[in-house]
Amino acid sequence: MASIVVTDREGAEHVIEGTPGWSVMEIIRENDLPVEAACGGCCACATCHVYVDAAWLDKLEAASDEEDRMLDEAYQVQENSRLSCQIPFAEALDGLKVTLAPEF
Amino acid sequence: MSEQPVRTHPPAGEPSRTDMVIIGAGPVGLFAVFEAGLLNMQCELVDNLDKIGGQCAELYPDKPIYDIPAVPRCTGEQLTELLLEQIKPFAPRFHLNQQAERLERLADGRWRLTTSEGLVLEAPVVVIAAGAGSFVPRRLPLAGAEEREGHSLFYAVRRMEEFRGKDILVAGGGDSALDWTLNLQPVANSMALVHRRRDFRAAPDSVARMEELVAGGLMDLHIGQIAELHGPGRRLDGVTLKSPEGEALVPCDTLLAFYGLKMELGPLAGWGLELEDSLIKVDTATFETNLPGVFAIGDIITYPGKLKLILSGFHESALMCQKAFKYCFPEKKLIFRYTTSSTDLQKKLGVA
Repeated sequence: MASIVVTDREGAEHVIEGTPGWSVMEIIRENDLPVEAACGGCCACATCHVYVDAAWLDKLEAASDEEDRMLDEAYQVQENSRLSCQIPFAEALDGLKVTLAPEF
Repeated sequence: MSEQPVRTHPPAGEPSRTDMVIIGAGPVGLFAVFEAGLLNMQCELVDNLDKIGGQCAELYPDKPIYDIPAVPRCTGEQLTELLLEQIKPFAPRFHLNQQAERLERLADGRWRLTTSEGLVLEAPVVVIAAGAGSFVPRRLPLAGAEEREGHSLFYAVRRMEEFRGKDILVAGGGDSALDWTLNLQPVANSMALVHRRRDFRAAPDSVARMEELVAGGLMDLHIGQIAELHGPGRRLDGVTLKSPEGEALVPCDTLLAFYGLKMELGPLAGWGLELEDSLIKVDTATFETNLPGVFAIGDIITYPGKLKLILSGFHESALMCQKAFKYCFPEKKLIFRYTTSSTDLQKKLGVA
């Protein structure tokens, strides 16, 4: 089983099953962790903002211009900020670590 | 979006009386106007956005939608336009730029809705088609932000005169941020813009004009994010900006923050509606809530099997109108007819 490690806003770590083919946002949401994802995953809001662990940054496809534009509406954006709806999960990402960004 | 208030009908002293008040002018609220119109019910709609279309207009006007029955592909904006064309015969009234604030039951059983602009609407039927809630500005989640709001921190501009002679810092990279930077620069004592990166999503022409002002020494541009507010009480004398290069203190007495809009349930959470996980519970035979004469349709409702799809909201609006009719015309018999064959319905649509 491929998994994702999600740190919530209180600092607690959750190891959850990652379904290949789903987006990281969908995996987080379906595991009842608090990700708003107001637009439903079409890169039209910034409410699925996560920080990607440094060790994993290079293993992800780079963010699109559209994603970078939407991050303007997020809070406390960092170099490792991503919108989790724009990260497709795959077996190769087994162990991916992300942290839920503060809500805005 | 622009901050200019657009009011199709200014608030008057007298309440406006209609058959159905619809909260939310998104696709589902718009289609409810059609279904209501076929049954002779007149509608007035309230929406906190400055435009019609709800999430289709605000979140994804240019994104394609593929799951509207018989419309293989359209954008959020096109769907809104098509719905507006479809409901045109029923001449609904729109009250934009205002939030549905208070709902009271009148002695005769009808409902009175008051908006944030003081507009009063009265009707036997209220329909909540509010999607994920109303769009409100994203507020800075910083210490001291709340008490400064309306004094030295603003999320919208109502009157430009308020900002004359101020040392203004505008935050954001979209059209609102750039437009207000350009509009307020001539009246401000000093003007600065802060954005988290060098690229702006605002119109290139506005960005070019801003850059000219910066090059001419008429305003400053900072790259970074606001980390701290400074100043006693409600006053502001500067902010700390954080960037990969480090921290910087930028003096200012007025901060205008434009970080886009977010959706929240808002005042309707306190109306006595039965909720489950911030969604309204309804009877699926009628889409009536626990309050008699108050209905709810679309993304804001929950019931076993509910799917948040626009098409589900369309279906819900048709069923809702059957029961709503009984509140509007208790003496009348309702006959079910098709637009294909009924001359009566075709007359209403202006085609017979």
